[in-house]
Amino acid sequence: MTKMNMAEALNNALEMELIRDESTLVFGEDVGLNGGVFRITKDLQEKFGAERVFDTPLAESCIVGFAIGLALYGFRPIAEIQFMGFLWPAIDQLSSHASRLRNRSMGRYGVPMVVRFPYGGGVRALEHHAESFESILAHIPGLKIAIPSNPSDAKGLLSSSIRDPDPVVFMEPKRLYRTERSEVDEGEFTVPLGKANVVREGDDITLVGWGAMVPKISKAAELMSEKGISAEVIDLRTINPYDYRTVHGSVEKTGRAVIVQEAPRTCGFASEIIARINDKEIMHLKAPVMRVTGFDVPFPFYKMEEWAIPDLDRIIKASREALTW
Amino acid sequence: MLKVIDQDGHLVLEDPMLDESLLKDMYWWMLFARVADEKSLSLQRQGRIGTFAPSKGQEAAQVGPSLAMMDKDWFFPAFRELAAYLIRGIPLKNVLLYFMGDPRGNIVPNGVNNLPIYVPVGTQVPQAVGAAYGMKMRGESSAVICYFGDGATSEGDFHEGLNFSGVLNVPAVFICQNNQWAISVPRTRQSLSKTLAQKANAYGIRGIMVDGNDVLSMYLATKEALERAREGKGPTLIEAFTYRLSMHTTADDPTRYRKDDELNEWLERDPLKRFKIYLKEKGIWTEKWQSELEFKAKKLTDEAINAAESMGPLRPRDLFDYMYKETPIALKDQLEYLTRSIEEKEIEEDAPKIEGGFP
Repeated sequence: MTKMNMAEALNNALEMELIRDESTLVFGEDVGLNGGVFRITKDLQEKFGAERVFDTPLAESCIVGFAIGLALYGFRPIAEIQFMGFLWPAIDQLSSHASRLRNRSMGRYGVPMVVRFPYGGGVRALEHHAESFESILAHIPGLKIAIPSNPSDAKGLLSSSIRDPDPVVFMEPKRLYRTERSEVDEGEFTVPLGKANVVREGDDITLVGWGAMVPKISKAAELMSEKGISAEVIDLRTINPYDYRTVHGSVEKTGRAVIVQEAPRTCGFASEIIARINDKEIMHLKAPVMRVTGFDVPFPFYKMEEWAIPDLDRIIKASREALTW
Repeated sequence: MLKVIDQDGHLVLEDPMLDESLLKDMYWWMLFARVADEKSLSLQRQGRIGTFAPSKGQEAAQVGPSLAMMDKDWFFPAFRELAAYLIRGIPLKNVLLYFMGDPRGNIVPNGVNNLPIYVPVGTQVPQAVGAAYGMKMRGESSAVICYFGDGATSEGDFHEGLNFSGVLNVPAVFICQNNQWAISVPRTRQSLSKTLAQKANAYGIRGIMVDGNDVLSMYLATKEALERAREGKGPTLIEAFTYRLSMHTTADDPTRYRKDDELNEWLERDPLKRFKIYLKEKGIWTEKWQSELEFKAKKLTDEAINAAESMGPLRPRDLFDYMYKETPIALKDQLEYLTRSIEEKEIEEDAPKIEGGFP
């Protein structure tokens, strides 16, 4: 065990997978000599050569399409898109091809690839550098979507994603790249896709989040425990596959839930979670399921970004509302 | 523009003296594709297959390159390359199934390095470049052929893909079937570029213009481009100058936008007609051989139709089974729900009546 921040853990995962499997390749804009704008691919080109770790021209659709071609040919491509806000041109490649080639070839062609990128706000970035639109990706059948919330999960989930036989979109909460240093196993390990993590057990209310919202709901649970309220905290880790069994099991116990997402409210993944709770767990509910989300506005200029991101105050108040319903 | 034989079948350049068996193959595949294409069109008119994209007139632009390829090479199609699919080993039955709305038509036989049809225009280009990079990394002397039409050259993926191909110097040959029409939009409304081949200059790669209705030119140009690719001399863009003698798809009516004069001019440039004259002058083509080939083509086509029409039904699980390598529980739940809803169905609905066409 050694202490790493999330950026180091991701770099470590990439390095271990590049060693482990010759067919893995890392490419994207500025990932070579520069090591990526957030240094996630730092030193990898030096260690593995410019054939396996390389810069591409600046073209998101082609980066993802290129990855698909490599995956079809038997490689394990790991493509970096510089920011989620720049993923849009590549959505065609993801939704028209990566996600459906296995299906439309009836199993002849699989597309084992990873598209990774930083997402989310809170780092005082310029416009288009702070988006969270995971629910749009979750709406595309055939993709998997992993979103880690801490250094160890980041490493384990990225390793799983690289080894997965299907295309995985890997969303990195850039706000957490360097906020936490914690224990990470230096050896090889994986964290399975589709298994949520119960970060903290509790009986009174269930708090659900993913990525950058997990430290917030953990902190909220801590504050609540000081008032004698026992909150269960669930980190989804992946929203596709979505581990509804862990969430539903918790709701059966607590009867109350608050879902917290950074993304805009309408059609966010929180809506899906709530709909599924309604389908299966309505008889266990003691209060409507609450949600704390971003607003239905573009992610704001950074002087206003703290308003847009769910904060402790809103999370606690939504919990209070559920608890006193 | 590279042209070996003109529209009357006469040599413009020196005779390349290709093997007789290769010349015979060229003619056979063009004829088989023509027969299968015309038959498919009539099946669509009878309601036995759905919307179909005919490739009549473009046989030479597909047969030449496909016969220049090796089995180990990879083929990324667009959606109007019937002759190429057949040569590459896609059974005609599969092509028919595809246009019958049956996903089993997309199953590429093992050992055949073809991708299924690409419907979103131009999106195959970046993927072809990715596969070609893989070949280069493995040091294999194979190459990728990627097809698209004149319309695709306006797409971002075309530009991005060709740009990547140059920067990464991959073994790829891009074949643009410039058939002069993207549904109803003529080539002149697609780009102000004088030729489509010249776009290669912008990416620092080689671009050539070839008479796409001359199978010899298409064969020679592709063979050379593939050899260059295998030797690490970089990608080539081939503009196959041809013409869509038929409609965009069976849902399209070309009389709405193009003149008979133009069509008639191109009918004179029919790739089969001119190649037949060439073969006849070489003493290869005979009336007897022609009727043998026609008989065989019709027989194979009929057999493929029978095979396609006698496929067993699809199952609800075919919707879900191939979404992921391992089907997640949520999809299993959805399959169970669908299966139950089919079994317990009480209310039948009429199919909606659709007016007009869709491409």
